[in-house]
Amino acid sequence: MSRRVSNRRKALVTVIAWAIGIAIFFPILWTVLTSFKTEAEAIASPPSFVFFDWTLENYTEVNERSDYFLHFMNSVIISLGSTLLGLAIAIPAAWSMAFVPAKRTKDVLMWMLSTKMLPPVGVLIPIYLLFRDFGLLDTRTGLVIVLTLINLPIIVWMLFTYFKEIPGEILEAARMDGAGLWEEVIHVLTPMAVPGIASTLLLNVILAWNEAFWTLNLTAAKAAPLTAFIASYSSPEGLFYAKLSAASTLAIAPILVLGWFSQKQLVRGLTFGAVK
Amino acid sequence: MTKFARVLLGATALTLAVSPALAEKLTIATVNNGDMIRMQKLTDAFTAKNPDIELEWVTLEENVLRQRVTTDIATKGGQYDIMTIGTYEAPIWAKQGWLVELDDMGADYDVDDLLPAIRGGLTVEGKLYAAPFYGESSMVMYRKDLMEKAGLEMPDAPTWDFIKQAAAAMTDKNAEVYGICLRGKAGWGENMAFLSAMANSYGAKWFDMDWKPQFDGEAWKATLTDYLDLMTNYGPPGASNNGFNENLSLFQTGKCGMWIDATVAASFVTNPKDSTVADKVGFALAPDKGLGKRGNWLWAWNLAIPAGSQKTEAAKKFVAWATSKEYLDLVAEKEGWANVPPGTRTSLYENPKYQEAAPFAKMTLESINAADPQHPTVDDVPYVGVQFVAIPEFQGIGTAVGQAFSAALAGSVSAENALANAQAITERTMKKAGYIK
Amino acid sequence: MATAHSRAAARLMISPAVLLLLGWMIVPLSMTVYFSFLSYNLLMPGMEEFIGFTNYEFFLTDPAFFAALANTLLLVGGVLVITIVGGTLLALLLDQPFWGQGIVRILVIAPFFVMPTVSALVWKNMFMNPVNGLFAYFAKALGLQPFDFLAHAPLASIIVIVAWQWLPFATLILLTALQSLDQEQLEASEMDGANFLNRFVYIVLPHMSRAITVVILIQTIFLLSVFAEILVTTNGGPGTSSTNITYLVYAQSLLQFDVGGGSAGGIVAVILANIVAVFLMRMIGKNLEA
Repeated sequence: MSRRVSNRRKALVTVIAWAIGIAIFFPILWTVLTSFKTEAEAIASPPSFVFFDWTLENYTEVNERSDYFLHFMNSVIISLGSTLLGLAIAIPAAWSMAFVPAKRTKDVLMWMLSTKMLPPVGVLIPIYLLFRDFGLLDTRTGLVIVLTLINLPIIVWMLFTYFKEIPGEILEAARMDGAGLWEEVIHVLTPMAVPGIASTLLLNVILAWNEAFWTLNLTAAKAAPLTAFIASYSSPEGLFYAKLSAASTLAIAPILVLGWFSQKQLVRGLTFGAVK
Repeated sequence: MTKFARVLLGATALTLAVSPALAEKLTIATVNNGDMIRMQKLTDAFTAKNPDIELEWVTLEENVLRQRVTTDIATKGGQYDIMTIGTYEAPIWAKQGWLVELDDMGADYDVDDLLPAIRGGLTVEGKLYAAPFYGESSMVMYRKDLMEKAGLEMPDAPTWDFIKQAAAAMTDKNAEVYGICLRGKAGWGENMAFLSAMANSYGAKWFDMDWKPQFDGEAWKATLTDYLDLMTNYGPPGASNNGFNENLSLFQTGKCGMWIDATVAASFVTNPKDSTVADKVGFALAPDKGLGKRGNWLWAWNLAIPAGSQKTEAAKKFVAWATSKEYLDLVAEKEGWANVPPGTRTSLYENPKYQEAAPFAKMTLESINAADPQHPTVDDVPYVGVQFVAIPEFQGIGTAVGQAFSAALAGSVSAENALANAQAITERTMKKAGYIK
Repeated sequence: MATAHSRAAARLMISPAVLLLLGWMIVPLSMTVYFSFLSYNLLMPGMEEFIGFTNYEFFLTDPAFFAALANTLLLVGGVLVITIVGGTLLALLLDQPFWGQGIVRILVIAPFFVMPTVSALVWKNMFMNPVNGLFAYFAKALGLQPFDFLAHAPLASIIVIVAWQWLPFATLILLTALQSLDQEQLEASEMDGANFLNRFVYIVLPHMSRAITVVILIQTIFLLSVFAEILVTTNGGPGTSSTNITYLVYAQSLLQFDVGGGSAGGIVAVILANIVAVFLMRMIGKNLEA
C-alpha cells in the first residue's frame, strides 16, 4: 500500500509532519537561539529569530560563574556508573525470570515496578541520615547507588521483555554442548541480547542524566551534576533569559546529541515488550 | 544495615574517583543574588593571599538554598563549611548551638563598625554568630519621569493613600507601564515579607500576646484589601508569580512606576548596564498609615560557620575577608562604589565617595535604622522580627499563608476567604506545636 | 525442562536485584513509619516525642490534602490523555511516507531528552511569562490581552509542560507498534471497502492496545511523582491549585521541616500509590502476559 502513494499526498503529509515536528521542537530551538542573544535582545519585542547580533557572552559568563566541566563529568560518571551497575545486577535477574519462570515471576516483576512509585520526598530525610552515617553525602558513589536502585526496576523489566523473545531452544542446544551457566550467559545469551541491552543502557543514561530530585538534594559541590548546575540559574536577579538559555543549552546538549546519534538503537528498544 | 551498605559500597567502588587533597577546601553554600555572584568572581584576591585555601561554591536559588542548608545543619550532614543564612535563621540556629561563635575575626575587622540594627539581629546573648554580607530594609523606588508626567511629587515619607493615588496616575496599560509592582509570589520570604511589613504599618500583627493568630481582625482585612486593590488595578499581569527577581527585571525594563522592595535593589536599578531606567529612579521611605510604624522590613544575608565543621579556622578567615572593609574597597576598586554590598557597615555610609556614587545611600540607611525587630508592630507582640516571626514553625505557616494570599491575588479566592484560610492554617499549626490549646 | 539445579541458579541470579530493592524499600520506609509517629521538627532537635496518630490526623484533615489528591489524579490523567491521543495521531502521521522522515523523527523525539527542570524553566520564563514571554507577545500582536497561564490555569499549564516532555515517549512506542502491524491484513480490509475509521477502530487500535497499556504503566510511574516542574513553575500555587501529593509532602517535610508530619504524608502517599499500582497491575496483567 505504501508504495502506491501519490506524490500529492506525500507532499501534503510532508508539510503537516514538518510543521508538527518543528512546533514540538520549537521550545528547544528557541532556547538555543536565545542563548546567543544579549539579555536585552532576549526580551525584545518583537522577538527576532535569526537577525540579531550573535554573541557568545552568555557562555563566557556561565563558564566564569560555574565549573561546567566538573558538573558535566559528574553527570557522565553518575549516569553511566549507575546504568552499568544496574545492568550488572539486572542482567542475571532478567535472565532467570525469562528462562526459568517460576509461579511468582510476574508478581516479583510487578512488585519491583511498584517500588518506583514511592514518592522520593517522603523518604528524603531517612536517606539523608543514612548517607550522613555512611559518609556518602556529596559523593558520586552515593548518587550512583541511589540512581541504580531507582532505575533498577525499569532496567529489569526492559531486559526481561527482550530475553523473553529469545527462543529457549538455542539455550537448550548450548546446554547439550556442556556449556556452564556463565558460559551460557556470556557466549550465547549476551550476543543475542546486545541490541536490547544497548537500548536499555541508553534509556537509563537519559533517565539518570535528567534525575533532578536526589542529585540535587544529596550533593553540594564535589559531586553535583548538571541538574544542580542549572538550579543556580533558576531565578537570578535582573535580566536572565539569555544566561538561563545558555546554561540550559549546556545542560541538555550532551544528552540531546547522544540521543540523536543513537536514536535508532534507542527506538528499537523503547518497546517494553509492547510489540510482538 | 551496615552490611547492606557495605555491599553497596563494594559494588560501586569502581566508580570512586578520589582526588588528592592538597589544599584545604571550603565548601560555601550561597544564594544566587547579584552581590554574592560578584563575590565569587572576586575571590581570587582572597585565594592569592591564602594559597592553602581552596573555595568551592554551591550557588542556589533562595528557597532551595534554605531547604538544603537547613536539612544539612539540622542533621549535622557536614556538607558545607560556610553557609549563607538570613536574619531569620541566625538567632534560632545560634540558640540550638549549631553555629560557631564569630569572635577573634582579626585585628582590623572592627566589629563595632557593623550597623547596630543588623548586628543586633545576629547576636544571641551578646555573642555574634553570623557576619552580615549585606543588609537591607525596604523602600519605595519610583520613576521620577513618570511621577513628573503624572503631575505629582513623591514626598520623602509617603503614606499608603499617596501611593495609591500615584499608582493610579502613573498606570498606562497600553504602554505597558504599571503604576506599582509588588511581590505576589507565595513564600514567607517573598510576598509575606512585603505583606507582613505592610500589615505592621496598618496596625496588624501575626499574633497577640497569647499567640492567638490575628488574621480575623480588621487591620489585616484592611491590609489585604488595599494590597489587592493596588495590584489588580495598577499592577502588572502575572503578579502572583512575581518575587523580588521578577519585579526587578520588570522595573529595569521600564514597566513599573513604583516598586516597594529591598533597598539592595537600588544599586541594580540605577546601574546603566542592566537597567534601561538607571537615570530616572527616585527613592523614598516605605509608606505608613499614620500609626507610627512604616511598612519596611529588616533583613541581612550573612555568612555563618556550622558548629560541626573541621575547617573552622580557614572558614573564619574567609568570612572575615568577605565581610570586611577591605572587601568593600576591593569591590569599589573593581566595580565602582555603587556596587559595594550595602547595609552592613557605618563607615561605608560615612564615606563621601560612597555617598556620591550611591544616590540611594541616605534613604537606605534611614530605612534600616527605622526598622525595629524587637518592637515591630503598633501593639505589643510576643515575638521578634519585622517581616517574620522568629519561631521555627514560622517558615511553614508563612509559606502556607503566602499561598492563600497569592491565590487571592490571582483571583481564585476572595480576600475574606484568603484571610479565613490564613487564620485556619495558622491556628492549626500553632495548636499542633502547642502554643495554644 | 527447568531442572532443580537451574532453579537454584536462577534464584541466585535474581536475588541481588530483589534484595537490593527490598532493602531500598524497607530501610527508609521503616524509618519513615517510625518518624511519622513522632513530633519531630528538624529545627527543634531533642524534642522528639511519641504522639501516636496526631501527624496522620493533621495531614488527612489538611484542607490542602483533598485538593492535592484531586490535582494528582488530574495531572496524571490529563498527561496520559494528551500523550496517548496525541501520540497515536503523531504515530499515524509519522507512519506515512514523506520526505525527511528521519529529521522529523529527530525533532519529535527531542523533548524526551530535556531535563524536567530545564523544560519547566524555559516554558515558564520564555513562553508563559505574561510580560516577556513569547505567548504574551503573540497575544499582543493579535490585539489580545496576554493570558497569565501560571496564575489562572496553573494545573493545565503544568499538564501541558509535562505532556510535552512525555509525548515523544508515547509516540515512539506507539509508532513501533504501528510499524509491526501486518500490512496485508490492512490491505485486505481496504479491498473489502473498509474506510479509514473502520480500519483504525477494528484493526489498528486492537493491535496497539498492548503498546498503549505499556505507555500508561510507565508514564503513571513517573507522573505520580512529578515534582521539579511544579517546584520551578508555580510552587504549588496559587493557593493549592497546582499542589500534588508529592509537592504537599515536600512542603510539609522540607519547607516546614516538620519531619513527623512529612513522614505521615509520605506514608499516606505510599499507600495511595500502591492503590494505583494494584489497579494498574490488574489492568496491565490482562494485557501483558508475562
